[in-house]
Formats: sequence, structure tokens, C-alpha cells
Amino acid sequence: MIELLWLVPALPLAGFLILALAGSRLSRAGAAFVGVLSVGLSAVVAAAVGGRFILSPPEGGAFKQVLWTWIQTGNLTAEIALYLDPLSLVMMLVVTFVGFLILLFSVEYMAGEEGYSRFFCYMNLFVSSMLILLLSSNLLLLYLGWEGVGLCSYLLIGFWYKDAANGRAGRKAFIVTRIGDAAMILGLFLLFTNLGSLEIQELMGRARELWPVGSGLAVAAAALLLAGALGKSAQLPLQTWLPDAMAGPTPVSALIHAATMVTAGVYLIARTHVLFSLAPPVQHVVAVIGAVTLLYAAFAALVQFDIKRVLAYSTISQIGYMFLALGVGAWSAAIFHFMTHAFFKSLLFLGSGVATMAFHHERDMFKMGGLRRKLPGTFWSFLIGCASLSALPLVTAGFYSKDLILFQAWSLRPGARWLWAAGLAGAFLTSLYTFRMLFLTFCGTERQKSGAAPGLCMTIPLALLSVLSIVGGFVQLPPMLGNVAVFSDFLKTALPSVAESHGVRAEVVLMIASAVVSLVGVGVAYILYLRAPRYAEGWARNPLGAALRALWLAGWDFDWVYERVFVRPFVWIARVNREDFVDSFYDAIAQIHVSFNCLLSRTQTGYVRWYAMAIALGAIIIIGILVFL
Amino acid sequence: MVFYISAAVAVISTFLVITRTNAVHALLYLIVSLLSVAVIFFALGAPFIAALEVIIYAGAIMVLFIFVIMMLNPGKAEVRQERQWLKGPMWVGPSILAAVLLAEIVKAFAFQGAPAGQGVSIGPKELSRSLFGPYVIGVELASLILFIGLVGAFHLGRRAGPSEGEERSDTDSH
Amino acid sequence: MTPIPIEHGLILAAVLFALGLAGVLVRRNIIFILMSIEIMLNAAGLAFIVAGSRWMQADGQVMFIFILTMAAAEVSIGLALVLQLYHRFKTLDVDAAHRMRG
Repeated sequence: MIELLWLVPALPLAGFLILALAGSRLSRAGAAFVGVLSVGLSAVVAAAVGGRFILSPPEGGAFKQVLWTWIQTGNLTAEIALYLDPLSLVMMLVVTFVGFLILLFSVEYMAGEEGYSRFFCYMNLFVSSMLILLLSSNLLLLYLGWEGVGLCSYLLIGFWYKDAANGRAGRKAFIVTRIGDAAMILGLFLLFTNLGSLEIQELMGRARELWPVGSGLAVAAAALLLAGALGKSAQLPLQTWLPDAMAGPTPVSALIHAATMVTAGVYLIARTHVLFSLAPPVQHVVAVIGAVTLLYAAFAALVQFDIKRVLAYSTISQIGYMFLALGVGAWSAAIFHFMTHAFFKSLLFLGSGVATMAFHHERDMFKMGGLRRKLPGTFWSFLIGCASLSALPLVTAGFYSKDLILFQAWSLRPGARWLWAAGLAGAFLTSLYTFRMLFLTFCGTERQKSGAAPGLCMTIPLALLSVLSIVGGFVQLPPMLGNVAVFSDFLKTALPSVAESHGVRAEVVLMIASAVVSLVGVGVAYILYLRAPRYAEGWARNPLGAALRALWLAGWDFDWVYERVFVRPFVWIARVNREDFVDSFYDAIAQIHVSFNCLLSRTQTGYVRWYAMAIALGAIIIIGILVFL
Repeated sequence: MVFYISAAVAVISTFLVITRTNAVHALLYLIVSLLSVAVIFFALGAPFIAALEVIIYAGAIMVLFIFVIMMLNPGKAEVRQERQWLKGPMWVGPSILAAVLLAEIVKAFAFQGAPAGQGVSIGPKELSRSLFGPYVIGVELASLILFIGLVGAFHLGRRAGPSEGEERSDTDSH
Repeated sequence: MTPIPIEHGLILAAVLFALGLAGVLVRRNIIFILMSIEIMLNAAGLAFIVAGSRWMQADGQVMFIFILTMAAAEVSIGLALVLQLYHRFKTLDVDAAHRMRG
């Protein structure tokens, strides 16, 4: 049963091939059927494989399936091999299941669009690449999946290619992540030349033996891999592409830029956690970046008016939490948060898609409102998603995962308590902007006429994701609330578990603190946006407030800085270099030929006597040669 | 003796041919030149060829030229134009080329070889034996050339038919 | 028939040929160009006859007959073309037909 592992990435790949080759010949229903069925079947197989893995785990806690040898040259041997351990199992299940639900949603959401089969084609390729990334046993195959998801992200962001702005957004995403990818491949080179292998488990073993903690090579390799993760996961300083990536269709944003691709960086760091443990400075940098990013994105999300940009910055912020967890050494907490985040973030994106569709593709929240009465089902699922994102206590999955991260940040890094404080402040801001989004979109007076209710294909995923956003957290409950440690125990073989160093009392205090903070955030949002909007408007008119608002709206002006520091000089150099001396060498060759042509064309005057003279001249020369030589 | 006199006549009349502005005058001088060349042929012992030269070359081909010139009817204007075209500097280039060619050929022929014309005259009988013997294919080809010439001249000289269509488009493009 | 040195005959042919060449190159009237070509052909024929008389064979005369035949055909076609040219360009200037240039 477990040997069917290869089907999990192969089925969406087959779906991609069928749709790529024959998609235009299929009917809309046929294309949707192929596209959704492939991922659905993949999810079923993943569940079956997972079930078998959980019930009777293979020895060593991991299952490796070698499909064939890809490269064998010198001392580099790379195989197409899949590696199933608890970490990749969890991620595989989340990706296939959430992917299936989102594709089901898009059957109805994208129904009116042209390029319907192209959409499912690209989505299938994406799911397949993501699964290859997650399941690969060596870093080279992982990089293949990495590039594949980058490509699909570009293709899907620029899905409506007829608008040039979408193409620019896609290119921006590709180029910024490319910077990270370049660093990552350098990291791969470094690892290979120094440790002689690209198999992840072998690498980790050899690194542990050969490199002492804090050695230069370990720090360099970890830093390079971190750069790759930063690009893909849109953390500072490579985060500028994610808000612009919202130009793509909403299901794309839900799947790629919320639930799966952006978490590839988290997965990479978790997979190579041995390397990061061997490089404590780099690990600390991970935590710092995570903390700073989550605050940065929370402030930016506070003033956005496009509902998808709020969710984009929210994603950046939540991945900051995951990086924070990885940085302090709370590996399974990061993966736990990834899982719950996948549930509630994709729920929120799908819900926002329903809202925008209801308001005839209007994305400005300040032009929405009052949707609660028209679409109650959507309202309740969106509410559940918002609650989970804000980590409202006890009932939401997000509460358990975020609280775990905050507690681990407190206890594992006693010298850097500011990390916990940043996370707590971030929690306040999160619930503030989240419920601001909810109140503006669904409550209050209706500022525009809204449309019809969603059909079955859209409500089923919303319902299922809502359920998961609530119960998904119950697999890991803290000691005083039930002490369920299913999740971390399951991941124990893949990710080291943390030692509990602080007592139950500290944990209770911290939990109450975070619960209070998130509820206060909800209350402030309620007052500012429903009860007394004049305060918020007053602050926006205040010069300091207006300046801050403009700054945060543009993502703290990172784009402005990058434009001036990197883009413009580079473009200037490219323009200046257009006429470089190498070009003039080749131009000279062409110019010589052209001038010879001009010269010789002059002999073709068209005059008969000229030609007669040419004949006579030729005869004279030849006779002369015969006579005189 | 005869040879040298008629050689001088030929050269002088040929020179006059290429320098006359009146077409008919030039033609007449050309006929004189051809006749003197015929005399040279006779002096070299080729009587039949001399007769052919007079009859065909001077008699038929030159008459053809005269017909065409009569048809085209050049008048005083054309003569003036010819004079204009034949200004002094025009002669420089061609004269140089012709002189160089002459010098080269003369150098090539400047050897002390056997004398020509051992006094033997080769008459029509030997000529025709040679012509219908080894050179009979040449005779057939010559007749073919004449036939082609006939058909070609007839076709190219026509006014009506395809030439008319071309003429119309030509005048449009002018 | 006193024997004539062959060089003199050939030199005469060369002189006539050079004169014909000069005529082709310098004159602009097509009729004159054709006439000059006839001069050149005649000169070539003269050279053949001279050579044939040196070897005392009929071959030179045979060549001359062929040259004569060719000249006749060429003149007839050439003059037909001259008529077409005159009809088209209304002039006998050979420089009028210079459109085929590179």
C-alpha cells in the first residue's frame, strides 16, 4: 500500500499532461473533471498511504521509495526518490487535501473565465511540483520541485495575461524569488562539495559528524539555504512580491500564496534543521527575521483597503510566526502552525473570493458591507476563519498553534524575551486587522448592491475548511487543557521535540495573556470600525497618521527603496552596455560586408557600354597575363 | 603589294566608320572596309570566301542595316545629337583600352613564324569537301542558327500581341 | 600570290578588332554599336582566313563561313530588338535602357 507513494505526485502530473495536450479539446466540464479528479485521487492515495504509515510505521520511522536514477556522474548520484517520514506525511496530506478543496471551489469560481482548462492545467502542475518538493529525498529533486512551483506561481499570477500589470506582477514574483533561489543553489553547491552528497538524511548525518557547532561552513550553508527560504516564503527582505501576486485569481492566492508554496521555505528549514542547529547564529537570525517580519506585515495589513492585500500581508505575518518558531527551535510548533494556517488562510481567501464575486469583482473593502444578511453561510465560515487567524481562545485551531509558538519563544529563548513580546504585539495587531476586514466586508451598511449566493462547489470547501479551522488544533493541546501531544509525538522521529523547561504556571499566564490580547484586538476593531468610525477617520486625517498610513499602505516603502537601489542602476547599466565594444566588433564585421556590397553594387550601373568596357577590361587582363607572364 | 594597299584602305575606312555622325555615311564606309577585306582574302588565296564576303556580308547584312536606318529615319536632330555625344573627352577611355588590347595582341603575335599564303589558293572544291566532310555537324548547326534567327527576328519584331501588353504597362510606369 | 608574312595579317586583324572595340565603347547609338560589332566579327574572320592560308588548309575558311552565318543571325535578331527599343523608348540611345542596375 505504501508503495503507492509515487502516485501522489504522479496523478496531478498526469492531469497536467492531459490538460496540456488535450485541454482545448475537452469541454469545460471535462477539463474541470480531469483537473479536480487528479488531485482528488492524489488526496485519496495520500490518505491511504498516510493511514498505512500511521498504523504500521516502517522501521527507522521513514519510508524511502527509489524510482530511478536521475544523474550518475563522478561522485554525484541523484535519484528520483521519494522519502516519507512524519514531516513530509503531514505536509503531503495538507497539500493534497486543501488543494483538492480549493480546486473544487475554483470549478465554480472560475466558471465564467476564459482559459478554464489552462487554469486547471497549471494548478495540477503546481500541486505535482509541490508534492515533488515535499516528498523528495535529495536536495536536487527538491530544487526541481522548488523551481516548478516558482514557475507555476509565475504562470498563475499572470494568468490573465492580457493585462500587462499581471505580467509585471508575475515577473516581479519570479525575479525576487530567483534571488533566493540563486542563494539556495549556492548552498547546495557548498553542501555537495564539502559533504559529498545531496541525499538529505545522509547530509544531515555527515554534517553532524564533520562540522562542529558554529563552524564557518555550517553557518555559510545554513545562511544560503535561509536566503532561499526567505525568497520563497516572502519574508524580509524578499517579501515585496507577495502583495503584488494578488493579481492572480483568488484560488491561486489561496493555494499558492497562502497554504502551500510560501510554506516551502518553512519546510526547507524544518527538513534541514540539523544544519540550522549546527549554526546557532543563523538560527537566531531566522527567529529575528520572523519576529520583525510579523510586526512589519501586521502594520502594513492594518491600512490596506484591498481585501486580498490584507490577506497577503497577513500571510507574510503568519509565516513570520512560523519562522519565529523555527528560529527558537520549536520545530513541530512551526509545522503545527503551518497546518492550521493552511486551513484558516485558504478558508479566508476562498471567503474573500465569494465576497468579491458577490460585489461584482470589487476588492475595495470600503465599498463593501452588509454581506452578512445576504450570504449568511459565507459570513459564518469567514467568521470562523477570522477567529482562527486571530487565535481566539479555546475554540479555534489557530489559538493552539499560535499559543504554542509564543510559549516556546518565551521558554526556549530566555535571553531574547523580546521575541515573545513581538509575537504578542503581533497577535494584537492580527486580531485588529482581521476583524477590521470582517466588519468592513460583512457588517455595517451595504455600500453597494451585492449579487447571488454561491453554489455547491463553493460552499462545500468553505464548510469543510471551517470545520478544520476549529478542530484542527485539537491534535496538540497544552498540558492544562487536556495534554494531547499527538502531533508532536507523531513528528518526534522527524523533528526533535523540545524540552519543557518552564512550569505549568508560566504557561497558563502566557496563555491568558495572549487570549486577552486577541480579544482586546477584536474589541478595538469593533469600536473603530462599527461603533465609532470617526476616530479612525480622524487619525487618517491627522498629518502624522496620514504619513504613517501612506507608509504602511506601500508596505513600508520597500518597493520604493528597491527600485532606487537595485532596479534603476541595473537598468542603467544594461542600457549603457547595449553598445559595448564586443557588439561594435560584430557590428564592424557586418558594416564591412555592407560597404563591400555597396561598393560592388556600384559596378552594376545598367549601362550597356559600361558592361562592354568591363568585358574588354577582363579580356585585356587575361590576355595580358598570358602574354606577359 | 595588293595586300598592303587594301589593308591601309580597310584601316582608314574602319576608322572613319567609328567617327562619323551620320549613320548612312558610316554604313557606306563600312561597306568600303568590307570590300577591301574581301580583296585581302583574295590575296591570301581564299577566292570563294572573298566572294562570300562581298555577297553576304556587304551585300545582305549591310543592306539590312540600311533598311533599318531608313525605317528609323534619322534626321538633322539625330546627327546633331551624335555630334554632341562624340565630344573629345569621350574618346580617351575607349582609345586607351583599345590601344592596350592592340599592344598585347601584337606582342602575342610578334614571332618569326612561317610565312602565310605560300601562294596556294584554296578554292571552293576543297572548301566544300571539308565542309561536308568533317564539318558537316557545323553545317547543320549553322542552319539551325539561321532558323532560330529567322523565328526570333520575326517574333521580336512584332508590334501586336504580348509586346503590346508590355508596352501599355511600360508607358504607365514611365 | 606572293607569300605574305603571317604576322602582318594578324596585326591587321588586331588593328581592325581594336578599332571595332573602340567603336563599341564610345558610341551611344545602338546602330553604331552593332556596326562596330560587325567590324569586330569581320576582324576575327580575317584572322581565321590568315591562319588557314598559313597552314594551307580549308579549315580557316570553314570557320569564316560559320562566323558569317552567326553574324547574319545575330544582326537580324539585333535589329529586331533595336526596332523594339526604338518603339519603346523613342530613341536609339542605348543609355536609355539602364533600369536593370544593382
